[in-house]
Amino acid sequence: MRALPRAATPLLGFGRLLRRYGFAIAPEQVSGFMQAVTLLGPRSMADIREAALATLAPPPDRRDEFEAHFQNHFYGNTSAVVEGDADEETRIKDDGGASQEQIEVISQQEGGELSSGAEQLSTRDFQRDDDGLAAFRRKLASALPARRSFRTVRTHSRGKLDLRRSLREIVSADGDVPSPLLRRRQTVPRKLLILIDVSGSMKLHTADYLKLAHAAVQGADRAEIFTFGTRLTRITSALRIRDRDQALARAAAQVDDWDGGTRMGPTLLAFLSVPRFSAFSRGAAIVILSDALERGDHAELETAMRRLSARAFRLSLATPLAGDPRFRPATAALRAILPDLDDLVDGSSLAGLTDFILSLARPAPAAATIWKGVS
Amino acid sequence: MTLPSAETVATSPEAVAQHLAASRYLADESLSTAIFLAIRLGKPLLLEGAPGVGKTEAAKAIAELLGRDLVRLQCYEGIDAAHALYEWNYQRQLLAIRHAGEHEIDIYDDRFLIARPLLQVLKAPEQRVLLVDEIDRSDHEFEALLLEFLSDFQISIPERGTIRATAQPIVILTSNRTRELAEALRRRCVYHWIGYPDAEREAAIIMLRAGDVAEATARAVAAAVQSIRARPLAKPPGIAEAVEWANAATILEKGGSPWPEAFRRAIGVLIKDEEDLSYIAPELGRIVEEALA
Repeated sequence: MRALPRAATPLLGFGRLLRRYGFAIAPEQVSGFMQAVTLLGPRSMADIREAALATLAPPPDRRDEFEAHFQNHFYGNTSAVVEGDADEETRIKDDGGASQEQIEVISQQEGGELSSGAEQLSTRDFQRDDDGLAAFRRKLASALPARRSFRTVRTHSRGKLDLRRSLREIVSADGDVPSPLLRRRQTVPRKLLILIDVSGSMKLHTADYLKLAHAAVQGADRAEIFTFGTRLTRITSALRIRDRDQALARAAAQVDDWDGGTRMGPTLLAFLSVPRFSAFSRGAAIVILSDALERGDHAELETAMRRLSARAFRLSLATPLAGDPRFRPATAALRAILPDLDDLVDGSSLAGLTDFILSLARPAPAAATIWKGVS
Repeated sequence: MTLPSAETVATSPEAVAQHLAASRYLADESLSTAIFLAIRLGKPLLLEGAPGVGKTEAAKAIAELLGRDLVRLQCYEGIDAAHALYEWNYQRQLLAIRHAGEHEIDIYDDRFLIARPLLQVLKAPEQRVLLVDEIDRSDHEFEALLLEFLSDFQISIPERGTIRATAQPIVILTSNRTRELAEALRRRCVYHWIGYPDAEREAAIIMLRAGDVAEATARAVAAAVQSIRARPLAKPPGIAEAVEWANAATILEKGGSPWPEAFRRAIGVLIKDEEDLSYIAPELGRIVEEALA
């Protein structure tokens, strides 16, 4: 075995550095990186940077962070810290590629907003809710609305002739014609998209909602969870961790806008403007957990809801305010979005909410029809 | 005819960029480096980017640069081995059995084997380039199958045994990133994220790609498209749409519309979403005028 040349040490070190910051870098990627640098010359630092980008493959949404680490490591430029610009644009956070190594680091963090969020998670822990959620998780996959897939399954009755398989049978039977085989188009559960409002007005309920979201991610094959307040955060990857306390602590740490204000319209529009997020909403059952108390102008909220409802299979809004029997969709924002909603239901209790999500596959009259009768 | 071997064509990233430009594809430094590395390291090239930034075009240009045929495998939900690897021609086998009568016949002969894209490439790795297009549309099972193919470049056919590639084929994967790909797949590839180009490069691309568009028009289109992309649209226009827009506006102008008017009337080829159109309509005049200035 040949020893590595001295010059290769920083390259190795860079791989290790990235791993420490939660980039998933495999050993073969590091060796690919070194090969690439050799192939390119390297004639300049730019070559090394290009090689790193191509072989270490940082996810596009963590590109800036990657660049900062590169500057830091190869130029010793510690001032290049990743700092998000606090402009008017709604910020989007998506921690898709991070590895699980981060968990430990985050659970050690104490103080400030993060721990207040985490504390809140543990206060309302009732055994009854837990049993309900466990049942919800078991039932969810089969209760979600289904659609017919392009793929077919074998069946013994009620299907069309599977010509390809039948012919294969005939060939293997040397031309005899056994009973024909049938196939049917498979049904697959639709995607479930849950958008959770984490603003101050929803403070009492966010902890419950996160537990529900965790159960949904664990129970359904394709569920995506986002939180929104003044920003939009994707927390699906955090909630994939099986252990609930760990998952919720991690999700809580990812969300930066706990108990702040709401900018529901702009954040939902931001959601729709990311192609891969809006692609997820297509044909999905979308459940928004929010009181829809939009400050100021609700024109953006209206646009966002109209777009969402055009994409979704079913668009539901669950608001804790509807727990009050005197509740009527009377605010200007609610009245404006009511025609776009398929359901406007009570979101004040976990039991009611789980029952509602399990009933998504069953048809129900549109929200506007139901609430016209009572208001 | 002997084809140039991949190494002789790809001597440096600059050489790759030059060859690509000869095939009417303008690659920036980063992309040409990624292509160069993919060819020389013998790894698949994974291109990700928003729709319409030229991922598929890049694959076509690479095939042209190497003088090879492009074999395209379009992915979709539900794609499976029979569509990607191989399939037996059962109808033909049946006929052959009928026809043979008492004679013995090998029904697993080559003439009954329908080679699908992956097998086609495996059979002639030095004459073909494989493009696996929009892999994010396929499901996880297919991704796993592809992973196996990409690591060993071999296919096992139970009736025939294992077929191996005699040389490392060149493979290009594209993804719109509508879902996350498996880490294992990303790891095995040379990766490049294609972003939208800056105005200058976009103008150059429009000049190269569009039929006969004046340089001033191309520059104006590039500037206007940059400014339109900066707005929160449901579907930001890609490069392909920008080229179409430049073409359409030129045709309208020759038909007698004055400049700003021609751009405005041709907007339908750039923005193809009713809500985006109504959002951009009031500002369009100003955007075009600024771009023309």
